Amino acid sequence: MTETILWTVAILAGLGLVLSVILFLIAKRFRVEEDPRIDKVEAVMPGANCGGCGFAGCRAFASAAVAAPNLDGIFCPVGGNDVMKQVADILGYEVQEQAPMVAVVRCNGSCANRPKTNEYDGVKSCQAKAALYAGDTGCAFGCLGCGDCVAACQFGALRMDPETGLPVVDETKCTACGACVRTCPKGIIELRKKGPRGMRVYVRCVNKDKGAVARKACAAACIGCGKCAKVCASDAITIENNLSYIDFEKCRLCKKCVAECPTGAILAVNFPVVKPKPSPVEVNKEESHA
Amino acid sequence: MRKLTFPMGGVHPDDTKYARDCAIEVLPLPPVVYVSVSQHLGAPAVPCVAVGDKVKAGQVVAEPGGFISAYVHSPVSGTVKSIGPRKDIAGRPVTHIEIVVEGDEWAEGIDLSPELVPEIPTDRAAVLEKIKAAGVVGLGGATFPTHVKLNPPPESKAECLIIDGAECEPYLTSDYRIMLERPDEIVVGTAIMQMVLGGCRAVLAVEDNKPEAIEALQASVARLGYANMEVAPLKCKYPQGSEKQLIDAVLGRQTKPGALPISVGAVVQNAGTALAVYEAVQKNKPLVTNVLTVTGDCLSGEKMHNYLFRAGMTLNYIAEYAGGVPADAAKIVSGGPMMGKPIANLDAATVKGSPAILYLSEEATRRGKEGPCIRCGRCADACPMGLEPFLLNRLAKAGDIEALKENEVLNCIECGCCLYSCPAYIPLLDRIRTAKVLAKKR
Amino acid sequence: MDKFLVSHPPHIHASRTTASLMRDVIIALLPATAVAVVFYGWSMLLVLAVSIVSCVLLEWAICKWLMKRPFDCPEAAGVTGLLLALNLPYTTPWWVVLIGAVFAIGVAKMTFGGLGQNVFNPAIAARVFLLISFPAYMTHWEIPQGLFGADAVTGSTVLSLVSENGTAVIDNLAEMGWHPLFAYVGGSAGEISILALLAGFAYLLLRRVVKIWIPLAIFVTVAAISGIFHAIDPVTYTGPVFNLLSGGLVLGACFMATDYVTSPMSVPGGLIFGFGIGLLVMLIRYFGAYPEGTSFAILFMNMTVPLLDRWFHQPKFGRD
Repeated sequence: MTETILWTVAILAGLGLVLSVILFLIAKRFRVEEDPRIDKVEAVMPGANCGGCGFAGCRAFASAAVAAPNLDGIFCPVGGNDVMKQVADILGYEVQEQAPMVAVVRCNGSCANRPKTNEYDGVKSCQAKAALYAGDTGCAFGCLGCGDCVAACQFGALRMDPETGLPVVDETKCTACGACVRTCPKGIIELRKKGPRGMRVYVRCVNKDKGAVARKACAAACIGCGKCAKVCASDAITIENNLSYIDFEKCRLCKKCVAECPTGAILAVNFPVVKPKPSPVEVNKEESHA
Repeated sequence: MRKLTFPMGGVHPDDTKYARDCAIEVLPLPPVVYVSVSQHLGAPAVPCVAVGDKVKAGQVVAEPGGFISAYVHSPVSGTVKSIGPRKDIAGRPVTHIEIVVEGDEWAEGIDLSPELVPEIPTDRAAVLEKIKAAGVVGLGGATFPTHVKLNPPPESKAECLIIDGAECEPYLTSDYRIMLERPDEIVVGTAIMQMVLGGCRAVLAVEDNKPEAIEALQASVARLGYANMEVAPLKCKYPQGSEKQLIDAVLGRQTKPGALPISVGAVVQNAGTALAVYEAVQKNKPLVTNVLTVTGDCLSGEKMHNYLFRAGMTLNYIAEYAGGVPADAAKIVSGGPMMGKPIANLDAATVKGSPAILYLSEEATRRGKEGPCIRCGRCADACPMGLEPFLLNRLAKAGDIEALKENEVLNCIECGCCLYSCPAYIPLLDRIRTAKVLAKKR
Repeated sequence: MDKFLVSHPPHIHASRTTASLMRDVIIALLPATAVAVVFYGWSMLLVLAVSIVSCVLLEWAICKWLMKRPFDCPEAAGVTGLLLALNLPYTTPWWVVLIGAVFAIGVAKMTFGGLGQNVFNPAIAARVFLLISFPAYMTHWEIPQGLFGADAVTGSTVLSLVSENGTAVIDNLAEMGWHPLFAYVGGSAGEISILALLAGFAYLLLRRVVKIWIPLAIFVTVAAISGIFHAIDPVTYTGPVFNLLSGGLVLGACFMATDYVTSPMSVPGGLIFGFGIGLLVMLIRYFGAYPEGTSFAILFMNMTVPLLDRWFHQPKFGRD
């Protein structure tokens, strides 16, 4: 009995030893020489492999960064400035801080604002719907509501709001990787600067129809009237093809355009709510009562 | 006579040619028409009239915008009121020329008399010019400019001209009626096209559910006595009228993926196109009229019609004239139920190739809920191109463009047989069509 | 209708649905089920009821609470339950049947992803599982002497008799009342009436639910192999007629090898699949330890289906 056990243990141990020697030799013989910095850079990457940087995954980004002479045009939107600083430290390069970006849905054609003119009975995919026709509302440019963007987001930053039928971006989760921008067949989602303390102003419409047509289709449409451009002090607004666009590099967040817009198509996000000051009449009344 | 058919795939939807006995009626002129610059495959035409111009019926209002393009003519006489974007049946803005109708005066040189002109001209180049100048496009659905199709490069020789009289879609009867009522003109048109192609054989192929049309055409062919022309009955199967399947049935040859029919020596033209060629060459009449069928499963027989319309009348106008949209209509389709375009905007203008206004009831058309694929294989059995829609569906869901191309998704003719047959109501064609769009981009 | 529908074409649809296809399979199995109930009586009804009800209920429960998906096709679960019941001896205790149903739906079907995703035929997988787990129950055969399960006597299936005693036994079987097409000497419910099974299969062919390739390939292979071996050595090896008509071959070939989900999609794939099943059945019957090989053969060939699908495709238009 013990003899069997001894033999078994000896044979298995010997086999293990022989195989590990073989594996060791093979690993040495077929080793691929790689710049060790690639591993170091990859270690600090977020590891999402989302492709937002334009490369095929985090390792490809690391290889590209190591091979490039400097970090111009190489930026990881998910890791942001923190990760880029670490990469720059490892490689001994300089890196410029980039303003954080966020995905912005430029459509306010909710069920309330934009009535449906037909019922779509096909597969629930924005790309399929866009390939077929202009959409189930009077606006040929607006959000189709099937949620391709939500499915494309690897970070769970998008969800469809069931009441409005529009996608909603969760700023805390959005990494500005650009997947939703690429997926949307109508080009509604745009990457814009997050802005100081998250404040930003943008036009929530991409409708290029003439004003009257756009307004008939959607109550919150941009009619291309140009009032916003006239009142902008930073020269940030251009009107092209009946549509207003705010350049986020030039915009200084004064919000004058928001008040001017007759349809409420311009939105200011994350601005602090200003409490109204009590009027002098009320203050006197209080004093007289006291 | 032995009936021809294609060997691979196909389905047998119910015939439902309810409007077959409705003789073609000429629609009265509306107060205004909207002429689209995009009534053909290829580059949209460029308007060559200005607002305020007076135009006559048959006068050129837009010139070809490229090599694959066509002339567009005014279908009415009147004044140009505006030129600008207007929504097509898909709701997308396309440039239309709005013409307010005044009278019914036709341009110089156009012969509107009904006498048959059977003498075939012999100057090939002149005939092609006439066909081009008349804006003749294929009326089988694709609206490819006919003068381009009839002028293959010198190294490709046409061996057989096939006239597509199959009209394999259920409900549609416009081709049937023109074959029945104007067979002589179709035969002359065929002979003209034979001459242009260098004197090849011509086969007028008609499905066997139209025996009267087969007889009428056979009588015309016998009476007019052109050389090398015959009528061939086809077994009734969908999609018999598809170009590739038709060539397979008539000649027994299958075009390779991505290859044109001329690569196997065939040129296919719709019966309506043959009629348009006749009118263009023998009567100098440009293509501004066509026949469409108003039909469906939710309207009574009296409300069904085959109308001779002018390309530019709005669908609304035609629908109202026919008796209004039926109360039970859940979906309106421009064309047949298998491949027709859904009408999202009934106010859209008709174009040269508008085939039908089809009203479908809710039970006939509302899709069932999508279930899981049970691998029954009906879609692959039905596919006339030998593709495997269940596999293409899975690859399309995964977004694997490379594998889709390997499995020849670009070969799909979008006939709809797969979705029609799927017991789990999987939106196969939706996904395959979208995948094709994405595959073409890369 | 205030808003018209819009979708990609086609805008009409053939009338077949998944549920109607499954219903046809159930209808096709009814003659064989009826024969089984007539011969085996209440116990058979109990096995049928427990199997079908537990399969349907279990799939409903898993869809609702675990997968959070709609329960699309109760008919498909019903078919699995029915096939499982027809594969078991009618004396199987109800709790063994229940365990089998749990394995069939829970393990063999739902863990793979539910309807349309399983690799192995659930009914057969469950039967094999029960055979290995409860060999006593699963090889306990009773032979009723009268109708409706009356005067049952413990016996063996025809195949186990042959595997123990050689082919000479076949001559005595006729005395015991065995008739190849209408046997009721032992065997599971699905084995005993070949005629009823073939009638159901003809129904499925007429209704275009199944195609003939796979069963044809199986029968031809079995006949050929047994024909050759029987010709060489008639004493040791049973002949083609016997092999075609006994055991679960007809049930397996017509109803379980043709299951959509677990069989190949193309014709060449199907023929190879059928050939493989036939070959394995004969190998197991002649040289294997088990008297009956259809279940194992089908399960084994189920494993090869993804590969067969990858290698064999439809002929494509325009390619020679």
